[in-house]
Amino acid sequence: MTTLLEMRDITKEFPGVKALDQVNLKVKEGEIHAICGENGAGKSTLMKVLSGVYPAGSYDGEIHYEGALAEFQGIRNSEDRGIIIIHQELALVPELSIAENIFLGNETARAGVINWHEANQRTSALLKKVGLKESPTTLIDSLGVGKQQLVEIAKALSKDVRLLILDEPTAALQEGDSRKLLDLMLEIKAQGVTSIIISHKLGEVRYVADTVTVIRDGRSVSTLDAKAGLSENQIVRDMVGRDMSDRYPARERRAGKMLLEVEGWNVWHPEHSDRQIIKDIAFNVRAGEVVGIAGLMGSGRTELAMSIFGQSYGRGIKGRVKLHGQEIDVSRVDRAIQAGLAYVTEDRKSLGLILDETIRFNTTLANLQGVSKGGVLNANAETQVAEKYRKALRTRTPSVFQKVGNLSGGNQQKVVLAKSLYTTPEVLILDEPTRGIDVGAKYEIYAIINELSAQGKGVVMISSEMPELLGMSDRIYVMNEGAFVGEMPADHATQERIMSLIVNE
Amino acid sequence: MTSTSKGIRAHLASHMRDYGLLFALIAIMAFFQIVTGGTLMRPVNITNLFLQNSYIIIMALGMLVVIVSGHIDLSVGSVMGFVGALAAVLIVNFSLPVPVTIMVCLVVGGLIGGAQGYFVAYWRIPSFIVTLAGMLVFRGLSLWLLEGQSVGPFPKSFQLLSTGFVPELFPDSWGAALAAVFGTRNFNVLSFALGLAAAATVIHMGLKKRARDLEYGIESEPASFFWGRTLIVSAALIFLMFKLSTFRGLPNVVVTMGALTLIYAFVTERTVIGRRVYALGGNEKAAKLSGIQTERLTFLAFVNMGVLAALAGLIFAARLNTATPKSGFSLELDVIAAVFIGGASMSGGSGKIIGAVVGAFIMGVMNNGMSIMGIGIDYQQVIKGLVLLAAVFFDVYNKNKQG
Ligand SMILES: Nc1ncnc2c1ncn2[C@@H]1O[C@H](COP(=O)(O)OP(=O)(O)OP(=O)(O)O)[C@@H](O)[C@H]1O
Ligand SMILES: [Mg+2]
Repeated sequence: MTTLLEMRDITKEFPGVKALDQVNLKVKEGEIHAICGENGAGKSTLMKVLSGVYPAGSYDGEIHYEGALAEFQGIRNSEDRGIIIIHQELALVPELSIAENIFLGNETARAGVINWHEANQRTSALLKKVGLKESPTTLIDSLGVGKQQLVEIAKALSKDVRLLILDEPTAALQEGDSRKLLDLMLEIKAQGVTSIIISHKLGEVRYVADTVTVIRDGRSVSTLDAKAGLSENQIVRDMVGRDMSDRYPARERRAGKMLLEVEGWNVWHPEHSDRQIIKDIAFNVRAGEVVGIAGLMGSGRTELAMSIFGQSYGRGIKGRVKLHGQEIDVSRVDRAIQAGLAYVTEDRKSLGLILDETIRFNTTLANLQGVSKGGVLNANAETQVAEKYRKALRTRTPSVFQKVGNLSGGNQQKVVLAKSLYTTPEVLILDEPTRGIDVGAKYEIYAIINELSAQGKGVVMISSEMPELLGMSDRIYVMNEGAFVGEMPADHATQERIMSLIVNE
Repeated sequence: MTSTSKGIRAHLASHMRDYGLLFALIAIMAFFQIVTGGTLMRPVNITNLFLQNSYIIIMALGMLVVIVSGHIDLSVGSVMGFVGALAAVLIVNFSLPVPVTIMVCLVVGGLIGGAQGYFVAYWRIPSFIVTLAGMLVFRGLSLWLLEGQSVGPFPKSFQLLSTGFVPELFPDSWGAALAAVFGTRNFNVLSFALGLAAAATVIHMGLKKRARDLEYGIESEPASFFWGRTLIVSAALIFLMFKLSTFRGLPNVVVTMGALTLIYAFVTERTVIGRRVYALGGNEKAAKLSGIQTERLTFLAFVNMGVLAALAGLIFAARLNTATPKSGFSLELDVIAAVFIGGASMSGGSGKIIGAVVGAFIMGVMNNGMSIMGIGIDYQQVIKGLVLLAAVFFDVYNKNKQG
C-alpha cells in the first residue's frame, strides 16, 4: 500500500497554547485511520491544519499529499484535491432540504440557474448509497442527528472524495445509528476511499480502524496496527500515559432518605398545544442515589428534565416536585436552582455556554450571588471559584481567562458541569454528561458523580450510552414515547432487558 | 528578545481595538486642531464641545446597554424630542415648577421605554420594529404637543441643567494667582483640581488592576504600553480640565455626564446585573438556563434607555432654551454610530461603556471640527458614514485575522 498522506512535524500555536507540537501522521491509501487522544490533545486542530482551515503558513511542518508537498490556503483548496472534512459540529442548514444542503456552494447550476430536477436525482442516488430512506426534499430540521450525519457523508460523496475526515461522527448517535455509520465507512473503504476518523468510543475504533495514531498533549505518541487485534486498554494506555484498568470508579452504593419526588408530571409541546410530550410520569431519587434514565433519542428524556428545571421546556405543565418531602417551586429556572436542582444540558454550545466569554465568566454565571456582595461582583472570588473547579475537574486550559469557545469539546463540557456544580445542588440532573469526552475525563466525571452521591446528593443521569448507564446507576428508569415503561435496579438490568421494554411498548 | 517582542505583538493583536480607538480620537483631535488653526482646542470651543455632545453621550450609555443585550433602540431621538416638548409645555404653558417637571419627564421617559421594552421582551417582537414604530409615534406626538410651534423660553433654573457652571469652591485669590502664573484672564481652581484628581485616580486604578492581574497570572499588557496609555489618558484629562478652567470652569452637564459614565461603567463591568446583561446578549438561551430572567432584564434595559433619553431631552431643551417640533430628529443615528464606533458588536454580548463614550467624542469632534472648517452638512454626513464603516470594518478585519 502506498502512502496517501504524510504530515511531518506539524506544530501549531495559538496565543498562549501550543496545540500541536511536532505531530507526525502517516495515512496509507485505502485504509481507515483512527486518531485517538484525550480532550484537548489536538485532534481537531490537526485535521483543521490538514484541510486548510488553518492555511499554510499559520503552522510549522509539512503536509505531503499524493506524494507531493501540499500547501492548502483554505477549505476550497483541499476539497479540490478530494479532502473532505466533516466537523465535530454539524454544518447543515436546518431550514433547507437535503438536496439543497448537499449542493450548497456546489450547485448543479448552468449560468446561475439551478437545475433542481438534476440535483434531486443525484441526491436520491447519493442517499441510496449511504442507506438513507428519505426524500431529497425533506428538510434537515425534521431529521434526527443520526440521519443528519448520513446526509453529511452523502454531501462528502457528492464531491469526489479521496480522503474523508470524520471528527467524532458518532458522539451524538445512538448505538444502532453509530453501527450503521461505521458499516457505511467500511463500504466506502471497499470503494477505495481513504478515511480518517476521530473518536472517543474505542469499541468503534477497534471495529473500523486499520491503524490508530494516538496523540497526547499535542504530540503524536504512537501508531498502532489495529488489524492484528488491538485491545482498548492498549489505546487508553497511550492516550493517558498510564494503565487504566477500571472504567467506572468504585462507589459504595447506599440509598438514603427520599430526596426528590416527581409526581403526575405532564407536559405539552410548546407550539402544538395538543401534542402531549410527557405523559403522567412519576419518579424519585433517594439521597446518595444515582438514577439512570434510558431511552431512545426522541423519547422525551431531555424534555422531561428541562420541564422540571424551571419549566425550560413545554407549556401547560402539570405535576408536583418535592424535595425532602416538601413541595418546591420550579416554575422558573432561578427558583429551581434556589430550591436545589441543577441541570447540565446535552447541548453545551447553544444552551450551556457563552462561547465568547471566559471560563471564569461561565463558571460563576448560575450563582453570581456566591461571588458578589450587595450586587457588586468580587473579581478575586470569581477567579478563585473558577480556579477551584478548573483544578477539581482537571480542565485543560492555560488559564481560566481563556475564551470557552477556544476550548476543545470535552473541556467545554467540564465548564458546563462546573457551572452547575457551583450552584451546590441537592439533585443534579445530567443530560448526556460524557458526550464527546475522552476515557480519562469520563472517569473523572464519574468520580465526581460518586463524590456527590457520597455527600448524600441525588444524581439523575440521562445517557444514550448503555454501558455507562449500567455501570454508574443504582436504579434505571426506561422511557419511551414520553412515558416511563419500566424501572429496575441496575444489578438486574441488562442492555437486552432495557431494549425489550422499549420495543414491546 | 523574541519572546518579548512576540508578547507585544500578540498583545497588540488582541487589543488592537482599544488602542485603535484611543489613537483615533487623538489623531482626529490633532488633525482638526491643525486644520482649524487652533480653534478646536480653544477653551470656549472645548466647553461647547462638551455641551453639544452631552446628550449624545448620555444616550450612548443607555444604547450600549441595549445593544449589549442584543437589541437596538431607534426611537431615542424622537423620545428625546418628545420629552423636551413635554417639559416646555409643562413649564411654559402650565407653569409647573422645574423640579416637578424634571421628575415627571424622567418618569414619562421610563414609561415610554417600558412600553417598548414590554413588546420586545414579552412578545418577542424584534426591537428594530418596535422602536421604529416608537420613533414615528413620538415624532408625531412632539408635533402634536407643540402644535407645530416652538415653545420657550425656559426659566433660568431650568437652563442651568445644561449651560450652568459649577461654582468655584476655592478662594478667589488662588484663582487670581494661578491666572497670573499661566497668563490667562481667569482661572477656575476647582476644575483644574478635579482634573488633577481624575488623572491621579486613573493612574492609581490602573496600577491596582495591573497588580491584581499579575497576582493571578493574567497576561497583562507590556509595561511600556500600560504607561504609554495611562499617561496619555491622564495628560489628556489634565489638559482638557486646564482648558476649561481658563474659561468659565466646569459646566454642570460635564459633571452629570462624568458621573453617569462612571456609574454605568461600574454597573456594566462590576455588578451582577451588568454581568447578566452581557450573558443575555452573548447567548440568551444559555443565560436563561443559568437562572437569568432574560425577559425582565430586556425590559429593564429599555426602561433605562427611556429614562436616559428623557434626561437627554431635558438637557437638550435647556441648552437651546426652547423646544422645537424637530429637535432630536435622527439623533438616534449618531448615538447608535457612537456605540458601534466604540466597539460594540451588532450581535450583542460585547462592548464597553468607555468605548461608547470615546466613540461619541470621535463623532462629536468630527462634527465640531468640520463645522468650524465650514464643511457643508452634505459632506459631513458622507464623512461620518465612512468613519462608521471604517471603524466596524477594522473590528471585523481584526477578528478574522485572529481566527
Ligand atoms: N482558536 C483557538 N484559540 C486558542 N486555543 C485553541 C483554539 N483552538 C483550539 N485551541 C486549543 O488547542 C488545544 C487542542 O484543541 P483541539 O480542539 O484540537 O482538541 P481535540 O483533541 O479535538 O479535543 P476534543 O476531543 O475535546 O474535541 C486545546 O487546548 C484548545 O484549547
Ligand atoms: Mg475535537
